[in-house]
Amino acid sequence: MTRSALPGFLIATGVLLLGVVVAFSVGRYPVSMIDLLRSLLGKLTGEPSGLAPAIETVIWQIRGPRVLAAVVVGAALAIAGTAFQGLFRNPLVSPDILGASSGAALGAVFGIFLSLGVFAIQALAFVGGLIAVGAVYAVGSAVRSRDPILVLVLTGVVIGSLLGAGVGLLKYLADPYNQLPAMTFWLLGSLAAAHAADLVPVIAPVAAGALVLFVLRWRMNAMSLPDEEARALGIATGPLRVAIVAAATLTTSASVAVAGIVGWVGLVVPHLARALVGPDFARLIPASTILGAGYLLLIDTLARTIAPVEVPLGILTAVIGTPFFIWLLARVQKTWS
Amino acid sequence: MILSGHDLTIGYTDRVVGTHIDVSVATGSVLALLGPNGGGKTTLLKTLLGLIPPKAGEVRLDGQTLSARSIRERARAIAYVPQTHIATFAFPVESVVLMGRTAHGTMFSRPGTRDRAVAAAALQRLGIDHLATRPYTMISGGERQLVLLARALAQEPAFIVLDEPTASLDFGNQGKVMAEIRALAAAGLGVLFTTHDPNHALRIADRALLLRDGQRIGEGAVRDVLTRPELERLYGAPVEEIYDKHKTAFLPGAVTLPPRAIPD
Repeated sequence: MTRSALPGFLIATGVLLLGVVVAFSVGRYPVSMIDLLRSLLGKLTGEPSGLAPAIETVIWQIRGPRVLAAVVVGAALAIAGTAFQGLFRNPLVSPDILGASSGAALGAVFGIFLSLGVFAIQALAFVGGLIAVGAVYAVGSAVRSRDPILVLVLTGVVIGSLLGAGVGLLKYLADPYNQLPAMTFWLLGSLAAAHAADLVPVIAPVAAGALVLFVLRWRMNAMSLPDEEARALGIATGPLRVAIVAAATLTTSASVAVAGIVGWVGLVVPHLARALVGPDFARLIPASTILGAGYLLLIDTLARTIAPVEVPLGILTAVIGTPFFIWLLARVQKTWS
Repeated sequence: MILSGHDLTIGYTDRVVGTHIDVSVATGSVLALLGPNGGGKTTLLKTLLGLIPPKAGEVRLDGQTLSARSIRERARAIAYVPQTHIATFAFPVESVVLMGRTAHGTMFSRPGTRDRAVAAAALQRLGIDHLATRPYTMISGGERQLVLLARALAQEPAFIVLDEPTASLDFGNQGKVMAEIRALAAAGLGVLFTTHDPNHALRIADRALLLRDGQRIGEGAVRDVLTRPELERLYGAPVEEIYDKHKTAFLPGAVTLPPRAIPD
């Protein structure tokens, strides 16, 4: 504990700041740093900035909401992934291990199938994620076992595949010209549709879940021990596990509702954060929240700039995440066995 | 203070492991638990820790039913040293020891200066303070056992329960861990440990309890209980006994070496 985590936090914050600046400046309509500062100053002081209205629109109406969405979604997925990796004692776990993403996917695809509005689709995705994790938890708890964690993970896999079948069925039944492309686009994940108004209902659940995980972070070290050991240390593991799962599910479902399925962030970022500040959850939770925000912001900026057509976010995170995962597997075998 | 089990039936939801077990350990003394694999040693430990409820009978701490106490109160009275394992995350040793302070804080509290001081003192007491910043995953098995012992000490308990503390340790570390266990009892803690080696019980325990097929088949002062006939009955295998003027030791099995030339 004596070793300072300050350099790690500085790097994470630096990545986030860099992400914000880059995300505001680059794109089809480049905005210089000077203009960015002038516009910000104008907003703060209330004086006219003297910039062209088009630049102001790009900064505040187009890029602003998208930057905010990337920050919220990245932070939400990273904090949930960190919590789940600790809870499931497995560094290869991601926040959708208990079916939050597949539940949200089914909810959203169902919403698109019924031709509902954006807000209703988001609400269905959010509720779908919560119901899926609730079902996984109920089934997992009903199965009496000496390894409740393993049962939960396996139940998550099973229910996830059932929900996947549901998504497949809806895609099969969907109108191939109107609905199917929307479903596909949504399942690939994107922040292109992020509008300021859509973000408001998402920020509250993310903030609530993140706050719970933040205050519980001191207990997460002991929660990463085998169940009986944690209880012998004086932790009521049952209620605490429910609290952590509920909080992480809240942040995951809310972020999936706004961005679609963006995989890998919750798996990759906790590892990067661990490399920066060490495995102690007291530092890891805040560090990976900051880093997750910066990470997704940079990737989202890549997604909208590397090609003439925007690349779906989920595809980019997978392209980066897969080699990382393979590298991780190789490393785990060397040091953790 | 006394930690005791009265007419316990122990086991899991679907399985009874042992019946009619009476056990008692007082602060300042060491009780060794011996018996063949699958005899119920670990199940009995977990029952006494309150990790699994007894199916019948009662565990008492200081005359009070253990289950009447909260999980936090139990952890402040009884600490558990599990068999060593490799942790998933490379926590520094001092963080692992600091986890022993969990029961002294609330759900949300961060460890304070006193918690850190207690953890540091525990490391120092076991002579491993130089490991404080090393990752728990990168130290030797013997060191890991000592770290888990330091974590148990940081709980500031009245009793420490150890599951095969000397298994998987090299000869030197076995001696070291045993000496530490004896020192804990001398400092006033009650110690309960399981072992596969009757010699370890002879060396540091005051009393021994023999558990076979879930039945208590013997209990008493080590000198009285750990005898050749008792051990042969316990393990169902021949045992050889060696004496000198002050001490006794046991060798497993009845092995006859082929005659060979002894150089002299």
